[in-house]
Amino acid sequence: MIEFLQQLINGLAQGSIYALIAIGYTMVFGVLRFINFAHGDVYMLGAFAGFYTAPKLMALFGGGPSYAGAALVLVSAMSICALIGVLIERICYRPLRQHPRLTVLITAIGVSLLLESGGQYLFGADPQAFPEIIADAAIEFPASWGIFSNLTVTIGQVIVVGSTLVLLLVLRTVVLHTKTGMAMRALSLNPVAASLMGVNIDAILSFTFAIGSAMAGAAGVLTSIQQPSIDPLMGINAGLKAFVAAVLGGIGNIPGAALGGVLIGLLEALVVGYVNPTYRDPLVFAVLILVLLFKPSGLLGKPEREKV
Amino acid sequence: MKSWNPKLALLLALLLAAGANVFSSAINPYYYDILITIGINIILAVSLNLVTGYTGQFSLGHAGFMAVGAYFSAWVTLNFGFSFGSAVPATTTVYVLALAAGGFVAAATGLLVGVPSLRLRGDYLAIVTLGFSEIIKGVIQNAEPLGAQRGLGGIVQHTNLFWTFAGVALAVYGILTLVHSTYGSGFLAVRDDEIAAEAMGINTTKYKVLAFVIGAFFAGLAGGLYAHFKQFIHPEGFNFLKSVDIVVMVILGGMGSTAGVCMAAVILTILPELLRAVSGYSWLPEQVRHLAENRMILYSILLIVLMLNRPQGLFGKLNFGSRKS
Repeated sequence: MIEFLQQLINGLAQGSIYALIAIGYTMVFGVLRFINFAHGDVYMLGAFAGFYTAPKLMALFGGGPSYAGAALVLVSAMSICALIGVLIERICYRPLRQHPRLTVLITAIGVSLLLESGGQYLFGADPQAFPEIIADAAIEFPASWGIFSNLTVTIGQVIVVGSTLVLLLVLRTVVLHTKTGMAMRALSLNPVAASLMGVNIDAILSFTFAIGSAMAGAAGVLTSIQQPSIDPLMGINAGLKAFVAAVLGGIGNIPGAALGGVLIGLLEALVVGYVNPTYRDPLVFAVLILVLLFKPSGLLGKPEREKV
Repeated sequence: MKSWNPKLALLLALLLAAGANVFSSAINPYYYDILITIGINIILAVSLNLVTGYTGQFSLGHAGFMAVGAYFSAWVTLNFGFSFGSAVPATTTVYVLALAAGGFVAAATGLLVGVPSLRLRGDYLAIVTLGFSEIIKGVIQNAEPLGAQRGLGGIVQHTNLFWTFAGVALAVYGILTLVHSTYGSGFLAVRDDEIAAEAMGINTTKYKVLAFVIGAFFAGLAGGLYAHFKQFIHPEGFNFLKSVDIVVMVILGGMGSTAGVCMAAVILTILPELLRAVSGYSWLPEQVRHLAENRMILYSILLIVLMLNRPQGLFGKLNFGSRKS
């Protein structure tokens, strides 16, 4: 029982990371109807943005681990990733908007490979140690909690889950309660009608890429708090898992992406804890195939009809 | 329209392969290795071209089929290699049977992957095929008789120039004659407009699955050739990046252009070797040599620039036997 709870906690922390990445997939799919293959690599760039800015930013707060410094690192990584996301859309995807989807998909794969191999060229292929921006330790529970005092919850896990919740709430406000958010929703419902109503499609697309990439960048830094080893290929696996999460929740649906992320994280933790760690990746893909076969619209998505 | 005789060309290719094989001992081992790799890559690229180029089903899991063929054929020769005696004709028979068996098991896997493709298009299909190849890799990594994560070694080397290029000839001949037949124009119809094809009474489902099955068969054949050449196979040798390699060949050559895809396979096999040579020239600046070692940077930029400026690939619609493109 207590072990099961422990696995759930670990899964929740990992699932939050997937949720943050999955939101980027789902938002871009919502407005452009295509999978941004390079999104997982933006997450990797987020981790490296944190890696390179942390020493300078942490020095502002005395150099040691501090919450204010960590927040600054998080925000700077998010801004850098937002910029990269906008640039990717501007240079690689915008000229192809009227092209067949296969062309765009191949371009996205090309961008993904470029970020990975370029990362290996610039940052080096070997894993690097992410600086300690938060003094991570297990939280001590009072003995009066009975068996629950045996649970291991680290400060890092609390921060990851907490930051994810905050970011999700901010995103919710932006999407539901601002004019830009309304334009985004209009665009995903019907691009032609939206542009007739005066929505600036280019600006909204840039904004969508900026938000999605910023979320991925945040995920990159948050991941590095828990697992301080980062490398240029770390985005492949995380990106694929997050994509599965987005499909599981219903692609195009933002709460669905968050839910899917958490569910995939929990599934992984349970497979690692109770079955066999080597089955972790194949099982996640099996989930994807099953979802696509039996409920392609995902848990929270609405079914979409193919029109001639 | 045909200005050539496909059967004659096949015979000629087989004779050429046999002829070249006679001189194989005179070839520098390094070039010999490259020649065989070129042949295997042509089979892979041409078979993926049937799925992606001619039928329009984007697949990111071709290395998975190759893995199935490689592992199954290697398992057959490792376990039954000497069951008809150790004379050369007997072991060669087993080898050829193993290659065919590897191809057929890969084709059965292709059937398994093709079925979900009935409901999926484009992006989704790409991810599902990728997922399938990851699942195949995961199964192999957990299969003790196949060496699990240690890889499978001790495979006898049977693959030579003749078998490799006989495989190339068979794959090119089979796929070209298929898509140029009346029956085969269904593949092109599915690619060009699935809904219109269906309205014209074409069984699009059947064509899509068939493309996967045939493509997987030849990928499995290539895997068998590869396993019996390298004598050691490892699950990581059939990962996502291997699939991407094959995809790049097809896109660079031009989707739906068999001749172009063959040329791209040759170029992309030789290119890394040239880059390796470049990275060895000590008079070049350190940065350039370092860049030359990262062929993926070049590939990815090539992919993006091609898609932005020339989506039909370097060689466009160039094809064997056609007078004009």
